[in-house]
Amino acid sequence: MSIELEPRSYRVTRADLVAYAAASGDHNPIHQDEDIARSVGLPGVIAHGMFTLALVGRYLGECGVSISDVAELGGKFVKPVVVPDTGAEVFMLGALRHHDEQATISVEVVCDGVKVFGPRGAQARLRG
Amino acid sequence: MDASIIGRTYPPTPPHEVTQESLVAFAASLGQDYDGGPAPLTFPIVPAFAAMMGFLAAEEIDLARIVHGEQKFSYARPVVAGDQLSVALTVATLRQIGGNDIVGTTSTVTDATGALVCTGTATLVHRGAAAGEA
Repeated sequence: MSIELEPRSYRVTRADLVAYAAASGDHNPIHQDEDIARSVGLPGVIAHGMFTLALVGRYLGECGVSISDVAELGGKFVKPVVVPDTGAEVFMLGALRHHDEQATISVEVVCDGVKVFGPRGAQARLRG
Repeated sequence: MDASIIGRTYPPTPPHEVTQESLVAFAASLGQDYDGGPAPLTFPIVPAFAAMMGFLAAEEIDLARIVHGEQKFSYARPVVAGDQLSVALTVATLRQIGGNDIVGTTSTVTDATGALVCTGTATLVHRGAAAGEA
């Protein structure tokens, strides 16, 4: 049985990526410079995978999950979040599941109609 | 990259002091207000990223050719302001697919006492150089 969490949407701009680069120390130019991103075969400026996973962390908090209750958080960055200079919209929908003594939350993350973390979504495991 | 890097562990990063200001800035970049207490869940990527940069420098890999394929954190405890975090990165796996190197790393994040704070596992995709670049 799974319990659906409240869906949310987040607006992501290139200015956010610049702020995240400064705060995280990840200055990979593919997250800021269109020409460099294209030169390595990307469709354009993409969000840091970790920026998107951090947004999942924010979403979990907004769904009422305490940071100290999270035992694991992770995801596979299957598709990039492409951020045009007009910004991008990222949708999140979590599902809480209990099995045995464990609770897990999978978060489906969709940008531009594409599941960023693949069909399984980002995954959080809560402490028992 | 060749298979000789598998199992290689790089020197731990110098202690990274987690300041209140850095937590505020990290949260703000996500559109959040940091109100004290535990750091945002993915904050350990900050020292872990520094460890990855050490790995890339040691192996002479250009950051712009790296795409983060996968990341997972397993937490022993939340990060809090005042922590001094050090990270040791080990190359766990290496696969070559379609001219790209797929590197699996394990990063151990410890505090000033040497106690485990979290473990990060990452998959890094090194996009192969164009023909002629060797």
